[in-house]
Amino acid sequence: MRHHSPLRLPLPSGRALNSSDGLAVWLTLELASVTTALLLLLGTPLAWWLARTQSRFRSVVGAIVALPLVLPPTVLGFYLLLFWGPRGLGGQLSRVLHLRPLPFSFAGLVVASLICSLPFVVQPLSSAIRALGRGPLEAAATLRLGPVQSFFWVALPLLRSSFLTAGLLGFAHTVGEFGVVLMLGGNIPGQTRVLSIALFEHVEALDYTAAHALALGLVLFSFVTLLGWGRLHERNLGS
Amino acid sequence: MSETSAAERGLFATFRRARGDFSLELDLELPAHGTTVLFGPSGAGKTTLLRCVAGLERPQMARIGLGDAVFQDDARALFVPTHRRPLGYVFQDDALFPHLNVRENVAFGMRRVRPQLRRVAWEPTIELLGLGPLLDRRITELSGGERKRVGLGRALLTSPELLLLDEPLSGLDRPARRAVLDYLLEVRARWEIPMIYVSHALDELLRLADHLVLLDAGRVVDAGPVLDVTARAASFPGLEGQHGALLVASLVEHDPGAGLSRLEFLGGALWVPQVARSLGSIVRVWVRASDVSIWLEAPGRSSALNVLLARIVKVEAAGPYQTLVEAEVGLAPGRLFRALITKRSAVELGLQATQQVFLQLKTVALLTD
Repeated sequence: MRHHSPLRLPLPSGRALNSSDGLAVWLTLELASVTTALLLLLGTPLAWWLARTQSRFRSVVGAIVALPLVLPPTVLGFYLLLFWGPRGLGGQLSRVLHLRPLPFSFAGLVVASLICSLPFVVQPLSSAIRALGRGPLEAAATLRLGPVQSFFWVALPLLRSSFLTAGLLGFAHTVGEFGVVLMLGGNIPGQTRVLSIALFEHVEALDYTAAHALALGLVLFSFVTLLGWGRLHERNLGS
Repeated sequence: MSETSAAERGLFATFRRARGDFSLELDLELPAHGTTVLFGPSGAGKTTLLRCVAGLERPQMARIGLGDAVFQDDARALFVPTHRRPLGYVFQDDALFPHLNVRENVAFGMRRVRPQLRRVAWEPTIELLGLGPLLDRRITELSGGERKRVGLGRALLTSPELLLLDEPLSGLDRPARRAVLDYLLEVRARWEIPMIYVSHALDELLRLADHLVLLDAGRVVDAGPVLDVTARAASFPGLEGQHGALLVASLVEHDPGAGLSRLEFLGGALWVPQVARSLGSIVRVWVRASDVSIWLEAPGRSSALNVLLARIVKVEAAGPYQTLVEAEVGLAPGRLFRALITKRSAVELGLQATQQVFLQLKTVALLTD
């Protein structure tokens, strides 16, 4: 996951974007894609558990999952930094296990983004699963489908648009994340210098042309994504 | 499990299910043939019982099974999950899959049944339930009655050894109810799959039941053949004041000129408005006690079509001003009829057990059309 050769992406106003910005855009997309894929994979069972469990730990776990919604990302970043720092539990553990330290690495960004974007994936999924109810899965069971088959043949198709929503929200939120990246990622081109950091840097350097290119690109990208999602959603509802 | 053993032993269920204020405590053994109606007011535990049989809920201290197959036995820590039980389930709210069309819904369970175990085949099911024209429709385009037929077909095509039906007529208007009920009767005649049918409607009970289980507040109040149980159930919630007699009779004669048909039962015969069925058909009639009057002598010339000689079995009070008279027609033990008359008439006529009387039936409710 390391890109040392600069990547040039064909972007709208190529003039204003230097290669390091192109790299930042690419890195951001890569980070958001990896994060979203992992979030859907890990978030689905968690959302399922939250929607269905009778356990008394449900509310506690629910609150922990929702924390990133209300906490300033810098707080999270700060604690993650301490946790993985040389004196933190995580840092010592990775030293014992001979793992690369997570702070200021792409893997570190992925882990941080997972935590920050978790509620954006888990909450829509969990409420959709609750709304789905037990009916369709019970019907599937009486029609000889085991739990795993029921999930893939009944729950997944019925929750399709909710998965899409959850994935998009997770992706978009990861793209836009700044605070935690700043605390934990630093600004290493090709490794941790993502779009939001690059933008911040341009503004600091008073290079508004470059800042505009990135900011406007991000606005357009977000708008087109949301528009596409809305259209798809309407079609799902309409059918 | 083999079919024959299921046919001999039927369903057995012993369990306790407590949830909040409600507790269901049962020890039931049901016949393997025909239709058993679970009847009772809402909250009696009918649906819970069905769900426990299907394994959708897990009661405590239970022993549940069908024939030689045991589904749950807590003495052996055995619990067979729903998808491994050879049962069909028709849900009250249909529970059709909205992301699939009718064909995919109906074929859904069948695909998971090994071909050599498919006793219920595709074509006859589609034909009998009239699903052919609906197959390519979306679920959202179906009427209430059509949805029920899809749900029934879907369950049938898993070739279940027992079909569980949870108020399959709920939410339908009268004509649709009647139509779906006819489909059900045809399904039963075609495949002879034993059914457990949850209901709180008297007409369904009278038309469908071979066996009847009366359930109230989580307890079995009465259970047995429908003719016996209906004869003694008029104080049961939902049947209050529904004094009457259920009669199973065969159609022996049509009189098209008079617009009448003649039904024969063990020990007697009745004229009823013409029945659109072939001779020899078995039909059910419900004779309401309030439609029966009692004569000490033969009524002589009268407009009444049906007068039966009977022998009083029991005379009992039914409320402060009314008396319920139970009388049997034919050699003992004959078919029971019941008459609801005023207490005053009962006293004036001096009615008592073993007395011979004539029953005049004003109307006879045919349950078959």
